[in-house]
Amino acid sequence: MSKDLSIYVHIPFCVRKCNYCDFLSFYAKKDVVETYFAALKKEIMLAAKELNGNSAGKDGQAMSGNPLVKSIFFGGGTPSFVEAEKICDTLKAIKTEFDLDPQCEISIEVNPASAIYDKLVSFKKAGFNRLSIGAQSLDDAELKVLGRAHTGAMFLETFENARKAGFDNINVDVMSALPGQSLESYIRTLEKVLSLKPEHISAYSLILEEGTPFYDMELDLPDEDTDRAMYHETKEILARSGYHRYEISNYALGEQDDPKYECFHNKVYWKRGNYLGLGIGAASMVDNVRWSNVRDIHLYVDAQMSKVDREVLSPEAQMEEFMFLGLRLVEGVSIEEFKRQFGRDIWEIYGEVIDKYAGLGLLEYRRSEAGRESVENTYLRLTDKGLDVSNTVMAEFIL
Amino acid sequence: MDQSKIRNFCIVAHIDHGKSTLADRMIEKTGVLTLREMQNQVLDNMDIERERGITIKSQAVRMIYKAKDGEEYTFNMIDTPGHVDFGYEVSRSLAACDGAILVVDATQGVEAQTLANVYMALDHDLDVFPVINKIDLPSAMPQEVKDEIEDVIGIEAQDAPLISAKNGINIEDVLEAVVHRIPAPEGDATAPLKALIFDSIYDSYRGVIVFVRVRDGVIRKGMKVQFMATSAEAEVVEVGYFAPGRFVPGDELTAGDVGYFTASIKNIQDTRVGDTVTDSARPCEAALPGYKKVMPMVYCGLYPADSAHYSDLRDALEKLQLNDASLFYEPETSQALGFGFRAGFLGLLHLEVVQERLEREYDLNLVTTAPSVVYKVHKTDGEVFDLTNPTNLPDPSEIDYMEEPIVNGEIMVTTDYVGAIMQLCQERRGKYLSTDYIEQTRAILKYELPLNEIIYDFFDALKSRSRGYASFDYELKGYEKSDLVKLDILINREEVDALSFIVHKDGAYERGRKMCEKLKEEIPRHLFEIPIQASVGGKVIARETVKAYRKDVLAKCYGGDITRKKKLLEKQKEGKKKMRQIGNVEVPQSAFLSVLKLDNAD
Repeated sequence: MSKDLSIYVHIPFCVRKCNYCDFLSFYAKKDVVETYFAALKKEIMLAAKELNGNSAGKDGQAMSGNPLVKSIFFGGGTPSFVEAEKICDTLKAIKTEFDLDPQCEISIEVNPASAIYDKLVSFKKAGFNRLSIGAQSLDDAELKVLGRAHTGAMFLETFENARKAGFDNINVDVMSALPGQSLESYIRTLEKVLSLKPEHISAYSLILEEGTPFYDMELDLPDEDTDRAMYHETKEILARSGYHRYEISNYALGEQDDPKYECFHNKVYWKRGNYLGLGIGAASMVDNVRWSNVRDIHLYVDAQMSKVDREVLSPEAQMEEFMFLGLRLVEGVSIEEFKRQFGRDIWEIYGEVIDKYAGLGLLEYRRSEAGRESVENTYLRLTDKGLDVSNTVMAEFIL
Repeated sequence: MDQSKIRNFCIVAHIDHGKSTLADRMIEKTGVLTLREMQNQVLDNMDIERERGITIKSQAVRMIYKAKDGEEYTFNMIDTPGHVDFGYEVSRSLAACDGAILVVDATQGVEAQTLANVYMALDHDLDVFPVINKIDLPSAMPQEVKDEIEDVIGIEAQDAPLISAKNGINIEDVLEAVVHRIPAPEGDATAPLKALIFDSIYDSYRGVIVFVRVRDGVIRKGMKVQFMATSAEAEVVEVGYFAPGRFVPGDELTAGDVGYFTASIKNIQDTRVGDTVTDSARPCEAALPGYKKVMPMVYCGLYPADSAHYSDLRDALEKLQLNDASLFYEPETSQALGFGFRAGFLGLLHLEVVQERLEREYDLNLVTTAPSVVYKVHKTDGEVFDLTNPTNLPDPSEIDYMEEPIVNGEIMVTTDYVGAIMQLCQERRGKYLSTDYIEQTRAILKYELPLNEIIYDFFDALKSRSRGYASFDYELKGYEKSDLVKLDILINREEVDALSFIVHKDGAYERGRKMCEKLKEEIPRHLFEIPIQASVGGKVIARETVKAYRKDVLAKCYGGDITRKKKLLEKQKEGKKKMRQIGNVEVPQSAFLSVLKLDNAD
């Protein structure tokens, strides 16, 4: 396999399920949690065996040695819900089994909670260097409708504790278009968050997913104009505060194209790097082969490493992904890279779609260095207007 | 065959009163079919007929009944289409019978269609006797229903058989009544052949199979026959009678018989329903009365939903026409819908039936344009032509005046609903002629109505405003000068030819507004705002706007679960494929269909 690898670890446990959440998460008793972490450790060892060293020969590639892990992400669920020791042990196991880049970005998601300081200190000590806090909103009424188990004050406390614990790279999740949310209350949330100067902000607008309680509820949702105003205000306000947007919903402190605080792990997905998913339901892609772990916790624990939906991506599927994933990034997709990976000009495959949406002002070409006239360093990306309706555009890159 | 042992009859009933079930039981009791062969409602062959409970093609079946008098009788039962669209076929089928069984539901009594059907049978000089069905239901009121039949229809009903067709109770009584109350045919077997065509179907091996009632003479194998209306001649290859679901060849059909013959006829147009068949060598003096050429009353465009299926549609229409002489079609092209056909029908039900058969039997996905009647356009240069497609209407400056078809309509309705129905006719530009009271509670309203006012949803409106108690019959009266305009629909400022139609000037605004509203519901939001306009002579009279959508993003994309995201995008793309592209706008097929069902009653 090729050299770089990112690792995702899924911790599916939560205090309770939020009303809008359609991720794989649930409340579980202590003994279930115990067996899960034991299974997780086993999976880490098996995966390492699979991917390290000998796998290079097996795939017939000239690469030798172990993959270098560039990022690790503990997501959920609520990783901070379980004992810190379990999380830290899991990270330790990964560190033992895999070769980590010294610069490896190691993130963990936490939810605001009181008395979390000790946990955060443990995380920091174990090697986590990036924290992602799911604030969503600082308005208690909005949080209550969402079914979140915390208040705005608890977020502020958590953030303060995170800094105190030594985290200097913190993401805060905020959500817009929430039931009962006004443009003003959204901006209040945003500004309070900004006053804390987090290094990264993920700003999502609420999407009602089938199967969640919200989907069947009568909700007092902001109208579309308000929804869009929130979305656009986000970019403006964050820009004024020194953040740049690098992906549809992600903003990092620093100038445009400054990757310092951009989430490396996140970008691996959009750039189709290799990643290994550990834990139930986690998805992996290594050398253009995708697979997932089983979603059922008992199956996962009993039948260790049981994989489902294995798919060897055809060149067409790879091209499709290259486009619809890459277009999520503000820098867009590299036309040169397309040719390098697939041996064909992008226009040969997608000329018609590109022209159509460029004509509608939803796609544009961008050069990373002004003045150069070749395809080198030329990128194709969604315009701001295009980012609003990205699905429509991306759907047409499906061959 | 001895004519005195033949009984030719049909069954008439209000819908759901048990006509087909009784037919099934009679076939079963006379032993033509074993129980295992019985499929419910043997006579309704087509899926559509069985599902809708209507009869579209005439069907006939021969049964042998050993009566209580010890004699064997041949029963020919002819099932008739029950809808006004097929009124002409009905009248020809009735003309092939000598009597009729009237089925009345013991729990419902006489209803609108009961009357309409009985009067039609009496019009053809048929002897009608009643049968009271569903007597085993707890709410059955046989005596009341008998009295009602005598009071309302005026036919003797006290000794009407009391039966349950469903449970096979007293079916014998019906069979006996057929023997005693339906007259035997009285033809002259030695006279020149004179036979009435009451239906014909196409068989790919034998060619056209002609259904006939022989009045006089004999028709036998090898004989040369002539079709009197078309003068076509053919040599008889096979004659026979009808068993349920199949044909049984025999040697000849003689005066009084009902049966079929084949003669290697390739063109069903030669064997028109209502025509008289005679012996080429010894022709009869005059044809049987009543033959008329059937003209399509309603036209619409038929287009394949996927333009790649054009030739499939053409093949299917060719095959359908073999069985349906009243179906007319010719190729046409629409800017919006591509290549398709303009097809002519006897009425809206006929249209729906053909459309449904194309979709089911030939597995086609169709887009149908708004139905239109045939207008006569008088141009300023003196030319007069028939307009069947609104798109072909010349510029108003070239039109002197236009005429539209008018029908004489008769609506039978209980007096409670007279007001509501009169109101409806008024709304449909009806000209009131008279009200005849048949009895205290029932009336026949006579109106002159423009045909184009009744081809859309008149039947539905009639039923809903009379709670199902009104029945409607019409016949073409002729053409009258009318103030008509072409209403155009523009989507994103592009005229959509498939949505244009002709409408009376006074109704243009109302109709335009409703179409715009309907289209607004049907057309999904796009990246840009889409105006939907209705215009007459270039002047916009109604407008709606489909607002642009401004948000179409995926939710948080988590943990590299790309497969799920891709599926969403694939679904989105798939949905797009099913749309019709009109300029930059994607219009779902359903939009073209939805404008056919504008409910004017609200």
